[in-house]
Amino acid sequence: MNDAMGMPQSAVVLGGTSDIARAIVRALAARRLRQVVLAGRDEVGLQGAAKELQALGVTEVGTANWDARDPDSHAALVKDVADRLGQVDLVLVAAGVLGDQEVCESDPKETISVLDTNFTGVAAAMAAFGALLRSQGHGRFVVLSSVAGVRVRRANFVYGASKAGLDAYAQGLADALRPSGAGVTIVRPGWVATRMTEGRSPAPMATTPEGVAADVVKGLERSADVVWSPAPLKILFGVLRLLPGSIWRRLPG
Amino acid sequence: MVDTTGVDTVVDSDLDAGWIRVGAGASLDALMRSLVPKGWFVPVSPGTRYVTVGGAIAADIHGKNHHSDGSFCSHVTSMLLATPTGTREITAASDPDLFWATAGGMGLTGIVLEATIELIPIETSFMLVDTERATDLDDCMARMTARDHEYRYSVAWIDCVARGAKLGRSVLTRAHHASRADLAEIGRSRGRSGDVDTTAFDPRVIAEVPFTPPRGLLNPLTVAAFNEMWYRKAPRLKTRDPQTIASYFHPLDALGSWNRLYGPRGFVQYQFVVPFDAEGALRSALERLSSKRVASFLAVLKRFGESDPGHLSFPSPGWTLALDIPAASPGLATLLDELDVVVTDAGGCVYLAKDSRLRPELLAAMYPRLSQWQEIRGRVDPKGTLVSDLGRRLGLVERAGPQPSAASRGRARVRRSAASGS
Repeated sequence: MNDAMGMPQSAVVLGGTSDIARAIVRALAARRLRQVVLAGRDEVGLQGAAKELQALGVTEVGTANWDARDPDSHAALVKDVADRLGQVDLVLVAAGVLGDQEVCESDPKETISVLDTNFTGVAAAMAAFGALLRSQGHGRFVVLSSVAGVRVRRANFVYGASKAGLDAYAQGLADALRPSGAGVTIVRPGWVATRMTEGRSPAPMATTPEGVAADVVKGLERSADVVWSPAPLKILFGVLRLLPGSIWRRLPG
Repeated sequence: MVDTTGVDTVVDSDLDAGWIRVGAGASLDALMRSLVPKGWFVPVSPGTRYVTVGGAIAADIHGKNHHSDGSFCSHVTSMLLATPTGTREITAASDPDLFWATAGGMGLTGIVLEATIELIPIETSFMLVDTERATDLDDCMARMTARDHEYRYSVAWIDCVARGAKLGRSVLTRAHHASRADLAEIGRSRGRSGDVDTTAFDPRVIAEVPFTPPRGLLNPLTVAAFNEMWYRKAPRLKTRDPQTIASYFHPLDALGSWNRLYGPRGFVQYQFVVPFDAEGALRSALERLSSKRVASFLAVLKRFGESDPGHLSFPSPGWTLALDIPAASPGLATLLDELDVVVTDAGGCVYLAKDSRLRPELLAAMYPRLSQWQEIRGRVDPKGTLVSDLGRRLGLVERAGPQPSAASRGRARVRRSAASGS
């Protein structure tokens, strides 16, 4: 049950090894989170993340093998998670890859892989978990979108398009779930220093996984529909969205 | 969720002996409207009349008379309880375990269908109220300790925003039911003659909050301004002031939809009790509240008397502080977590009827008879059929398995009418 401060007691993480997801779960463990299932492909990485949570006082931590790109895995995961957690307070959607833009542009398979991981597969899993939350009558999705999807850039438009799709899908799911009592919080981080961005130079208003986690906790406290991290990105992208294409294309980075 | 408000009829009554048997969905408002003109009052009245008898039992509610009359279930002589293993009539003598597990049991031992309640005889529908101001917390506590026992009803409104030397400045209002002779004497002294209907009871909603104002209407600044005004407008000392039952007990009920004032995010209720010897914990709680500028619009201090045997019943001898705080207050979650620890370390507990955010790990420390209560509950509900959001969140009930559809599994979700304290 999410309490009056929006704090969950049980959570499933889709993409349990994500640096941002791990930081969010750590922050929630300091509050009320006691049961977690970490789902993903990298069993060794999941085990490491699970150990970290146990040390933080999360009493029940489990891992589940799940691949966003496997259409048959979603229903099984939902059933497994419901069996283990009882009530699912939080579904943290963090599965995603940055992909290699150059490879994508020459290899359709790479494009499909990025889109399937970040959008198609995740959307299918969200549909399955959405049905669960609707029947519970409570619970919340936290969906890691990105400012990269708010206005897509030449430099990473496959990734940006996947996040734009996910963001739009999450907005629709939020409206669909609203009457049931369940909800969705969309998180739009800017440039975050993680394994995903390692070796790349930070963009303006860069933040850390811990910074995003703190913003997400604040967002949950007020049942926010959208969390920008850091918050001023909301204003920046309000402007950037309106820029004429001729100027947008010439922006550095 | 179980809504019992359809079960609200008077089943039986003996107004010579002073008891009434009602459906559990009857509201205290309805009872007062029918009983007060006949010279009877409910044994315990919380800060609102809009609670049901079933809810009053489930939360074992208290009122401003706890130090003299105890909590609600002390006045329940018998109840009809529908449990998953059968419907039975129970009294404190016939099945003390189940009776006292149900008193304050948050609806998780069964659904109360009917209850027999002992009433308080009154001569008029007026209260004789003594009002006095206390300049700080020590002054307030000293005044309450010295003279609460002289009054049937006692409560202190506390200015939670006042800091430093003014910390805990307050307005005490203590009262008795007025007798006919009291009112006649006051009428004579004020030079009034003629008949006044002294038993009428027909409180109205005076005003309605028409819409939810934008967030931030109740913020530290407006609350501080209100508190300053409220404190200054209170008489330093005024005795034997006749007030209606509604204005003394239920001032907020006159303002329809008052909860809208808290804005779209609403408010959080928080109430704790700490033993009399743990006055330091009370001071510490007030200091934390005022220093963090967490503005509780409604802050009420009261001394509890002896507890009843309810396993999860909230009142126990000591100081109780009740707060209504805007949920949007920055840092509120952390502050309340800190207060929980202060309260637990002092041997106190928080009121489950008002709880919406307690750390579940603290529950057993706050309610040491929890496991005993769970055993009794297991006896009448071996399959764990009765569950509630509160029960799940705090681990009062064993963890439920997956519930693809609550209805198809035949699970009853129980939520009693909210019952709040003095």
